[in-house]
Amino acid sequence: MKKLINQHPTKPFRWLLGVIPFLILLLFYVGASNARLAENPNDKLLPAFSSFTDAMQRMAFEPSKRSGEYVFWQDTASSLERLGIGVGISALIALTIGVMNGVIPFVRANLSPLVTAISLVPPMAILPVLFIVFGLGELSKIVLIAIGITPFLIRDMQQRALEIPAEQIIKAQTLGANTWQIIVRVVLPQVMPRLIASVRLSLGSAWLFLIAAEAIAATDGLGYRIFLVRRYLSMDVILPYVLWITLLAFAIDYLLRVLSKRLYPWFHSQTPEGA
Amino acid sequence: MSYITINNVWKEYGDQVVLERINNTVEEGEFITIVGASGCGKTTFLKMLLGTEAPTRGLITVAGEALRYEPDSERGIVFQRYSVFPHMTVLQNVVAAKEFEKSKLLARLFGTAKQQATEEAMAMIKAVGLSHAVDKYPHELSGGMQQRLAIAQALIKKPRILLLDEPFGALDPGIRADMHLLVQDLWRRYKLTIFMITHDLKEGFYLGTRLWVFDKDRLDPQAPGAFGARITYDVPAGEVDPNAGNIIEEDVQATAAALKQSNSDQSQPELDGATP
Repeated sequence: MKKLINQHPTKPFRWLLGVIPFLILLLFYVGASNARLAENPNDKLLPAFSSFTDAMQRMAFEPSKRSGEYVFWQDTASSLERLGIGVGISALIALTIGVMNGVIPFVRANLSPLVTAISLVPPMAILPVLFIVFGLGELSKIVLIAIGITPFLIRDMQQRALEIPAEQIIKAQTLGANTWQIIVRVVLPQVMPRLIASVRLSLGSAWLFLIAAEAIAATDGLGYRIFLVRRYLSMDVILPYVLWITLLAFAIDYLLRVLSKRLYPWFHSQTPEGA
Repeated sequence: MSYITINNVWKEYGDQVVLERINNTVEEGEFITIVGASGCGKTTFLKMLLGTEAPTRGLITVAGEALRYEPDSERGIVFQRYSVFPHMTVLQNVVAAKEFEKSKLLARLFGTAKQQATEEAMAMIKAVGLSHAVDKYPHELSGGMQQRLAIAQALIKKPRILLLDEPFGALDPGIRADMHLLVQDLWRRYKLTIFMITHDLKEGFYLGTRLWVFDKDRLDPQAPGAFGARITYDVPAGEVDPNAGNIIEEDVQATAAALKQSNSDQSQPELDGATP
């Protein structure tokens, strides 16, 4: 008998082991839901699956009676747009400042303390300030996402740029490269896959800030909808929305991973799985 | 006037003297191998030639002009590791030097300029025997092939001085012999002046034209950093009789042992750490 740490499940068995917790969770829900509904058919806390499909049918495939929009898709588009712009701007700022910080000691001395200080400010605490300064429109939501994740991204980019072996930077100089050329040909391309990796890590927080901002001030969006229907205890809408957000988060993460592997094969073959 | 003159060069880090009173001259086309115990300033000396470190005292001149203390295309370098760009293929790694030279803003070439640079790079890749791997990334190459690439990359700039910092230290003995042939061949063909650090004394004896031994001729066991290393042997390589070889080996071993002993006795920071 091998030690436990040396025993590996076969592939189908591993798959099965992974699925079992989900099945248990599902069974548990169905059991609890049935029990409550048997007692009170109007119970709203743990709706049956038929309620979910009804609710989603209404939200996604029938135009809203009030606005004529397909609410579910409208919410999805608004949220993804905010998330995309917020994360995109953050990534761009992080790449610029992070690389400059990493490569040029004078810029690092100048900006690094500021970035560290800003990264310690809890973004949610200044959300009211953002609403006051930028109004209740799209801008304040995007700014919240940007303020929330940019400092982390900058610090990570700076660290990655600093981790490039000094030998490479020296070699580039002996090949006649100037500072700018070293940045565009040696540092930037090597930092890009790492930027994608840290964007993947920061997406969780980005969703958090997005939903928080939407919950407080918005007229559409996934977060807005969840907090709106909470008033009617509409679990039949909330739970599918949460599932949908989870699915979107997973899809974005997956797409970024595939993109990174496609674009930077040299990076993924020198780092362990999943990096 | 000699090509390279080293005039009373010292290197100190605080009260740790790494090198002291280095005086020497080197003619163009010499192939100098440098051996010595770790902590005896070999790498520090090479860094001064490279320009990433400046001497605390003294002056190094090349062709009559003071050495610039910043790496530039006059001096090529091959490190033991990390000297190729992992995100570029073999061809891109070699072409990059041409692109740095001719495209100041984008550092990329297009059209005929690119073709010309590619041809030149291909010739250099062929010279180091990597023609079969032009489109591979460094991680797909063996250690020996990576070092061949690093050499090709350095030589395409046609530097007059080539610095090699234990370039074959991480390679298997068989591959090392191949690399020796390659370096000797390129050295003759491009009329380079080579400085090569090695920890393999035998390599030092036959590879170059001249062997330098860096050693501390004064060593205080209570304070290993009090005196710096000097060039204790400066002998034409290839003519070293086995006896002299043994004496050098014993000297170097003795210093290494003494340094190790005093370091562990006083649990001072490793000398290697101070002179990485």
